[in-house]
Amino acid sequence: MSESRAITAVEGQRPDVPEESGPLLEVKGVTKTFGHGRRRLTALDGVDIRLGRGETLGLVGESGCGKSTLARVLLGLERPDAGTVRFDGTDPFALRGKELLAWRRRVQMVFQDPFASLNARMSAADLIGEPWRTHRDVVPDAKAREKRVRELLSLVGLRASDAHRYPNEFSGGQRQRIGIARALALDPDLIVCDEPVSALDLSVQAQVLNVLSELRERLGVAYVFISHDLSVVRYISDRVTVMYLGKVIEHGATEDVFERPRHPYTGALMSAAPVLDASGASGDREIQLTGEIPSPFDIPSGCRFRTRCPRAEDLCALEAPPVVEGGSHSALCHFPLEGVAARA
Amino acid sequence: MTTTAAPSPSAAGLPDDTPALDVEGLRVDLSTPSGRVRAVDGVSFSVRRGRTLALLGESGCGKSMTALSVVGLLDPAAEVTGGAVRVRGDDTLRMTPAERRKLAGPVLSIVFQDALTALNPVQPVGRQIGEPFRIHRGLSRREAHEKAVELMTRVGIPEPRQRARSYPHQFSGGMRQRLLIAMAVALDPDVLIADEPTTALDVTVQAQIMRLLRDLQDEREMALVLITHDLAVVAQRADDVVVMYAGTVVENGPVREVFAAPRHPYTRGLLDSVPEHAVRGRPLPAVPGSPPELSAVPAGCVFQDRCPLVRERCVQERPVLRASGDGRTAACHFSEELDRV
Repeated sequence: MSESRAITAVEGQRPDVPEESGPLLEVKGVTKTFGHGRRRLTALDGVDIRLGRGETLGLVGESGCGKSTLARVLLGLERPDAGTVRFDGTDPFALRGKELLAWRRRVQMVFQDPFASLNARMSAADLIGEPWRTHRDVVPDAKAREKRVRELLSLVGLRASDAHRYPNEFSGGQRQRIGIARALALDPDLIVCDEPVSALDLSVQAQVLNVLSELRERLGVAYVFISHDLSVVRYISDRVTVMYLGKVIEHGATEDVFERPRHPYTGALMSAAPVLDASGASGDREIQLTGEIPSPFDIPSGCRFRTRCPRAEDLCALEAPPVVEGGSHSALCHFPLEGVAARA
Repeated sequence: MTTTAAPSPSAAGLPDDTPALDVEGLRVDLSTPSGRVRAVDGVSFSVRRGRTLALLGESGCGKSMTALSVVGLLDPAAEVTGGAVRVRGDDTLRMTPAERRKLAGPVLSIVFQDALTALNPVQPVGRQIGEPFRIHRGLSRREAHEKAVELMTRVGIPEPRQRARSYPHQFSGGMRQRLLIAMAVALDPDVLIADEPTTALDVTVQAQIMRLLRDLQDEREMALVLITHDLAVVAQRADDVVVMYAGTVVENGPVREVFAAPRHPYTRGLLDSVPEHAVRGRPLPAVPGSPPELSAVPAGCVFQDRCPLVRERCVQERPVLRASGDGRTAACHFSEELDRV
């Protein structure tokens, strides 16, 4: 509490008006740990991200890399231990009361698990309209709400007649669309999408990705798009951030990162993802990783990826890796890849 | 479906061309609160030892129900109402439960998607992996334990002797999947069914599990039935593919040929939906709508509501699977038109 006040006090020196030209979201050096002493888990370790208005940032990494914790920080659900979060120039953790409510409307979330995120006792219409119970001025009268629900349903590819059905009557994919419609209900500036299409069927996934792209163009909504599916991230994102065990290990424009990954982990992720190539060629090009992600309770010294890295040498255990930069593209590695395409 | 594999070693002294698993006209009905629906409607396929067949389809298409019927693990609300499931030439659907149980493990085996619920949470994993040896081979507890440790070594569990005494929750997702695979291949089955075996896993771990499955299949000459919704997994891993939609088979054939030139509009739609083929900033060519509910599968073609080629005949008459003589079949009245698009 007092910590955030201190930050606000410093911020107070800056003009209070949001700078329209600045980034929508700027995260600097955010660290978040859970637990105490030996049972301290480092979920985020000095994470920087930046997101412009209407931009899409792809967040890639395996389970335990901190991407969901970062999402919770962006939503204001988790207060960072250190570092700063600026949304439109404001620190959301310093807001209270009406200001906080107004800010919450601007950042919405699409959850990963459509079975856990919908109240089984509420109809689709109630679920989608629920945010309006808190944010009363968005769609004021009942008639308009009904109409808006129908629009939102059709936006996400559901039928108007689905409005009065309950979650158990929907498939997992349809439930996820209800979750997306609900996130859209408040016309947010930023939607944090945590694996939003991984539960959807492929033919339906494409529709939802199209809906998300369309909304971005029409409304200028920005996305933080968390996904393990590289082909989806590549399609939807302007820029990509790759995380490993709580740290950003590579960042850059989507095509740069995909065409010329510098970090061996990024390279491995890309070659491990099965490619739709009916010629069946795969195997030999794979950068094979052994083992699984180490426990975040016990992060390896030096470079945290060294225990699984095919390029690791003694140095990697001793020293934290330097930032390797090339234009807007940066990576954290002692022995970066030469920037060759991991796959054709 | 006929596969064009090189002759593989036969099971139980049967001639080489006998498939390890032959499913014919399988029908499964499901009792739901809103009445009986047909979840699987006339599904046929066969697979030989050493070959991999993918059952590809989206949620609710009947692929998992098909798999569960094959291994006899259907939910009580579901009932097989027709067809045949032949292993080693015998129809398992006509067997008594006791006879079927004898097949489970040494002949037919399954790896489930969710390894945490598939494992017994209150039993050390070594005991679970050793169980098939005690039940089917009558080994002692100690002998079965030795076998379990051997298998755990084979599937890449570090420190298997100590880990055999651990419980499922003490393993990571990837390790749990390895344990399930160990249990499934314990008795060298002819046919291994893998129901979305990597869906719940991270990308780099997925690759490891797929590699493990491939190695085990090669060394044991198993037939692998891979149930998946992932086109890339099918492309990389399977020899043949059966594409399912709304409980029916809409297309099948060798993967390369089917993916290179699909003969059903649904297969084409799926392939087009893959973001990998898309140009950023341009809409993905999505298939409109969503699959029909099982209680409302249309009388004519099951795909008519979403099909770009639909016309009167599709509404009137359900297309049957037509073989085209090159090992491929498709259930579409107008599949020739797809080649031209």
